[in-house]
Amino acid sequence: MIALSVNGQTHQVDVEPDTPLLYVLRNELALNGAKFGCGLGQCGACTVLLDGKPVFSCLVPVAALGNRKVRTLEGLASPDGKPGPLSIAFEAEQAAQCGYCIAGMIVRAQALLERNNRPTEEEVRAHLAPNLCRCGTHMRILRAVRRAAEMMGGGVRAVAEQKP
Amino acid sequence: MIRGTRLTAGIALVSAVLIAVAFALAWHPEIERIAPPSASSFDRTLVAEGENLARLGNCAGCHTADPAQPLAGGRALATPFGTVFATNITPDAETGIGAWSRDALRRAMRRGIARNGEHLYPAFPYDHFTHMSDGEVDALYAWLMTRRPIVGRAPAAQLDGVFGLRPLIAAWNLLHLKEGPLPADPARSSDWNRGRALAEGLAHCGACHTPRDGYGAEDQARAYDGAMAEGWYAPPLNARSPAMRPWTADRLHIYLRTGLSPSHAAAAGPMGSVTRALSEARDEDVRAIAVYFASLMSQAPAARQDEAEPMDRQAIAEQTYPEAAALFAGACAVCHGPGAPMMQQGRPPLAWGTPLQADNPHGTVRAIMEGLASPAGPKGPAMPAFADVLDDRQLGQLTAYLRTRFTDKSPWPDVEGAITQVRQGTAK
Repeated sequence: MIALSVNGQTHQVDVEPDTPLLYVLRNELALNGAKFGCGLGQCGACTVLLDGKPVFSCLVPVAALGNRKVRTLEGLASPDGKPGPLSIAFEAEQAAQCGYCIAGMIVRAQALLERNNRPTEEEVRAHLAPNLCRCGTHMRILRAVRRAAEMMGGGVRAVAEQKP
Repeated sequence: MIRGTRLTAGIALVSAVLIAVAFALAWHPEIERIAPPSASSFDRTLVAEGENLARLGNCAGCHTADPAQPLAGGRALATPFGTVFATNITPDAETGIGAWSRDALRRAMRRGIARNGEHLYPAFPYDHFTHMSDGEVDALYAWLMTRRPIVGRAPAAQLDGVFGLRPLIAAWNLLHLKEGPLPADPARSSDWNRGRALAEGLAHCGACHTPRDGYGAEDQARAYDGAMAEGWYAPPLNARSPAMRPWTADRLHIYLRTGLSPSHAAAAGPMGSVTRALSEARDEDVRAIAVYFASLMSQAPAARQDEAEPMDRQAIAEQTYPEAAALFAGACAVCHGPGAPMMQQGRPPLAWGTPLQADNPHGTVRAIMEGLASPAGPKGPAMPAFADVLDDRQLGQLTAYLRTRFTDKSPWPDVEGAITQVRQGTAK
């Protein structure tokens, strides 16, 4: 049995130590927010937070977790089930087309906005770059992140400050 | 008494002469400012020639910090003596080189003296550029002067102790700067000679691949023995090459043009930037560089033995590092395991990759922790970073596991130290 902490709860799962975290989340814990996209760490659909940092859960063996805390899309909601600001903003901006990448986009954006709720536009784009969207809703995704930043008491600055 | 006075006078005279000589060596006149020449005043063929040279020398690799501000400088370069910042080489008259004449650029490239007479730090590899011909420097001038001028002043260098004193560089130059073109070797092909002229000159390959002595100069007795550069290990390019398969001119040519050799490795770190620049350079020139280095590596072990199948000592590695075996299976094997889809697409097996064969773990550790950018520009698969996935102990175990499984070389001594350096950003 392997113990892991997901969204504030400790779970015991009976899996091989090399099982990717993504499989455990979806198959053992029925947390289906993170998606299986490529399985090769190239697309970002499986992004979760590991101690606050975004990682591709398809390439995280459960044996690597130790005591570190996993948060998934489900864990970004408040305890009463109210969606987090990013989920609300993505819905308001209608940022999903097929929707497959959106969970990963939201989770990765969460990592940025928790660390810095006043990023520049460039910082947002660079931060989201590892996650792919094949439908082409990138501009809406960016709008949603801007909206969420404002909901979180910050905002996205239009341009990087001019260098000296 | 008289003798004493004479002695004093003698010492004073000798000292004065020495000071005058030192001053003459260290002092260089300012070259007068010019009005930035208009772009249309340059011959287009010359500009195109200069562009090719700028790719071969990868000027933008050091002189660009922000891709949106090409050649505007500001990029920090960590050296054992402190940090220097690449300067702005766009034709902005105040903060760039817009006011530089052709002669000012020639002097800077050949002798490391800025237009205002100040010595440039040898992080700018003028000890290589000195081998360029006048025609080449002039073509480069034409290209640089027709770029978009961008305002941007590089921060002042932060060097330790006396290393910041620019006049001291005159002494360095006296010892280490061998001015002028390299004589051609008539016994060699024209490709080889062209390749050597480029590699030793403009492309400044030795700046990373040759170890430096205590003065920060390349140690010519150990030319291309491999060295640390910008926190990456630049492997040997001579008979000491640890490659498992021979580096032929054809294989090097493909590697330099695409950043990927199916029988060796993907270009990482600063070499990624070099190969991206070379992918846009003239093919014959890149070919010539490949011919030159293939000849330098023709006595390497791989060139003298039969080409073997990639090594895979899975059982012994699993036995020695059971925890790492699970980490490899869950994090690495989907791409790097035998038979993985990526391995069917012309990627080198780990056992052939130079990093695992090198004498130190820096390349391996850094690639695992920071990942690799796609070798062929922004498209195509890239290796993700694992610094936030694995802790230091796990990284250490995994690194040792890879060395044991895919090579038969002895374990690396200080894997932990290499991991700490990458973690703290102190690798030099």
